[in-house]
Amino acid sequence: MADTSRVVDGLRAYRMITAMWIRSTMAYRASFFMTTLGNLTATTFDFVAILLMFSRVDELGGYSLPQVAFLYGLSSTAFGLADLALGSMENLGRRVRDGTLDTLLVRPAPVLAQMGADQFGLRRLGRITQGLAVLIYALATVDIDWTPLKLLLMPVILVSGAGIFGAVFIAGAAFQFVAKDASEVQNAFTYGGTTMLQYPPTVFATELVRGVTFVLPLAFVNWLPATYVLGMPIPLGLPEWVAFLPPLVAVGCCALAGMAWRAGLRSYQSTGN
Amino acid sequence: MGSGRLYLAVAVGGFRRYATYRAATLAGVFTNTVFGLILVYTYTALWDEKPHLGGYDLAQAVTYVWVGQSLFKTLANGGGGVESELMERIRTGDIAVDLYRPADLQLWWLAADLGRAGFELLGRGVAPFVFGALVFDLALPTDVTTWAAFLGAVLLAMVVSFGIRYLVALSAFWLLDAKGVAQMVMFTGWFCSGMILPLNVFPGALGEVVRTLPWSALLQAPADVLLGHADPLGTYAFQGMWAVVLLAAGRMAQGAATRRVVLQGG
Amino acid sequence: MDEGFIDVKGVEKVFEVRKKAGFLKRERRQVRAVDSISFRVARGEMVGYIGPNGAGKSTTIKMLTGILTPSGGRLRVAGIDPSRERTRLAHRIGVVFGQRTTLWWDLPLIDSYKLMHRMYRIPDGRYRENLDRLVELLDLSELLDVPVRQLSLGQRMRGDIAAALLHDPEVLYLDEPTIGLDVISKAKVREFLRELNAERGTTVLLTTHDLQDIEQLCSRVMVIDHGRMMYDGPLAGLHEAGESERTLVVDLERELPPIEAPAPARVVRVEGPRQWLAFPASESAAPLVARIAAEYPLVDLSVREPDIEAVIAKMYVEQTEKTANAGNAGNAGKAVS
Repeated sequence: MADTSRVVDGLRAYRMITAMWIRSTMAYRASFFMTTLGNLTATTFDFVAILLMFSRVDELGGYSLPQVAFLYGLSSTAFGLADLALGSMENLGRRVRDGTLDTLLVRPAPVLAQMGADQFGLRRLGRITQGLAVLIYALATVDIDWTPLKLLLMPVILVSGAGIFGAVFIAGAAFQFVAKDASEVQNAFTYGGTTMLQYPPTVFATELVRGVTFVLPLAFVNWLPATYVLGMPIPLGLPEWVAFLPPLVAVGCCALAGMAWRAGLRSYQSTGN
Repeated sequence: MGSGRLYLAVAVGGFRRYATYRAATLAGVFTNTVFGLILVYTYTALWDEKPHLGGYDLAQAVTYVWVGQSLFKTLANGGGGVESELMERIRTGDIAVDLYRPADLQLWWLAADLGRAGFELLGRGVAPFVFGALVFDLALPTDVTTWAAFLGAVLLAMVVSFGIRYLVALSAFWLLDAKGVAQMVMFTGWFCSGMILPLNVFPGALGEVVRTLPWSALLQAPADVLLGHADPLGTYAFQGMWAVVLLAAGRMAQGAATRRVVLQGG
Repeated sequence: MDEGFIDVKGVEKVFEVRKKAGFLKRERRQVRAVDSISFRVARGEMVGYIGPNGAGKSTTIKMLTGILTPSGGRLRVAGIDPSRERTRLAHRIGVVFGQRTTLWWDLPLIDSYKLMHRMYRIPDGRYRENLDRLVELLDLSELLDVPVRQLSLGQRMRGDIAAALLHDPEVLYLDEPTIGLDVISKAKVREFLRELNAERGTTVLLTTHDLQDIEQLCSRVMVIDHGRMMYDGPLAGLHEAGESERTLVVDLERELPPIEAPAPARVVRVEGPRQWLAFPASESAAPLVARIAAEYPLVDLSVREPDIEAVIAKMYVEQTEKTANAGNAGNAGKAVS
């Protein structure tokens, strides 16, 4: 019960601080449009690279361009949502180093919520826009035997995927309590993760696929549910029902990340900076 | 020469400064290695489908990946060199002090950036490359001359990279939102230097255009020298041409900026 | 009420510091930032907390606000264990970090206050009442619509103090509230704090480097050095404990031989018509000034305050001498038996 009220408190604080940052951003409207455009450009380039690849080949790992675009759109949109919501968590190391984390600790709101909302950047909508555009392109061109179940699964994939990536952002920030200068490690799992998921699972070594299925379950963001929707073989010969696990996996990841965050904050409170 | 010694000291300072970020360096090595792994697998799928794409065989393509990851920070294709500090100084107006220093502004920052790039090459470049060489079959030259030629091309690439970023940084004198512009240029540079896909794989007219842009002097040029895919002297000439053009442009921009600062009284 | 509003008993904080020792080796070393300190602050007291840099001041404040967990001892603020119930405590305390603003940089000042209003769930009526009062007392009415980045340091500090008080905290912690401010801003801030304490009974604990802050505001001062409480009592007592001296600078009409001042005051320096006299900081300057004015052709004079660092340094030396003597005495005793 106490936990529920903390979550409510957290969401409330998150909403209020986010609103402040949006107004801050709008104080420099031109700059906002430039950085949003920049964000869009950056993410567009890596899809252009995929287009270039397909200008030389017809298939990649047994997947056609619309199928790869489907994977790309799901991964990129889910990541974009998580990045929008919690992307600023990567600033934690800096706030620990310059001591400004302390100002968050004396406020009557959960630090996680305050930190997640810190420097909230609407410019990150650029990535979501691009991911959705690719997804729409994929849906328009790809061959899928649609069933009601598959249709229902689509929004679930996006939300669960955002949840899984969100957990990675939180866990990464928790790690920065311990290693405050190593924020870049996080990039390997966030940006690296989404890049990997943009390509078909058949491209990668089995050990790598196993790793992102059973150890760091990024495969649940899109590979496992998307192969089911596409009617492609499910990686590692897993049964079809794994396609419906993403919500559970997301909840599990968030719970673990939350524990890691608490442990990190506790260690900060006992060691200082 | 006295001034030569000054710039050497500045370069050593740049090297030392970046050498203090030990944890960040380790983190970077890890991240570049992970990205290298991901790229290797996608390239393998691509080259399986179409062997000898862009004139590379698979081993050469995989080698290209590790050269790219190893030079990522050295060349600062995605930003992260001294230019952000320079832009900050322009924004705050501290740059006026620099302009009146007896040292040459452009050479000063070039030296600092070369020092930084030198550290990134040793601290962040060697480890991912060795990892790649141990885990995958790379197409590496066995003769010392090619390696030496490669290092020469890397050095020129550092200068070209600085030339681009110096111009971007100086744009802060005229643009209200130079950061946004810098970001756009960096992303463009990242793509046009072949960090995602080798430039010789780019099709048709697009390929021909990107291969003449200054960014192709950054990664593609040294990689091709290492892979025996390009003649070192021709490559040097291409890189040198861009280095001269960019540094000259930077000098002109610097002159205009100085007049502007003097007119505005700093 | 026996238990203090702030109650600190044998609290300590030990940090583990890793130092470079060779290329890859790191040496671990324990540092006692706060070493078993105890004190009580009653409701409505105004206490100065001073000490050199790195003495343990900030660490203490961080433990009192729940930012850091103590390594040992017992600590209560308003009956709450800060590190266990940090967010509950947050509603009852106000914190001002002198060099780190909590205001929204790019937005008008009033926007930050509106956020505090909602974040602390301050009832509308009380918020408006508090805001009006703070705006008037801290002279903020012209500044409310100005983006924070355009405020001067002094204006921003006043803005930060108001932000920390909107929710009517029972205790206010101020970390270097006057650092970097000009004389007028300093005076405004002090004047406000005095009124806050007198009229609303807010308990105030402030750390500072500026002895005048303490002199003008606090009836009680605590001195910490090397993590230990060196002194806790009235300011006058601190001067006695540190045997500190103030300096009276006297400008005479012409060059004269050293002034014959009543002991313990004495001339310490003469330079043309200007003379410097040292006298105990615990004593008033008035009788001395009156006497000189009566006997000498006086043009101008000023009083210089003792340097707090010097006072503490002196106290520290005495303390270590005392413990060293005690140690010797113990040894002597042993030798006899």
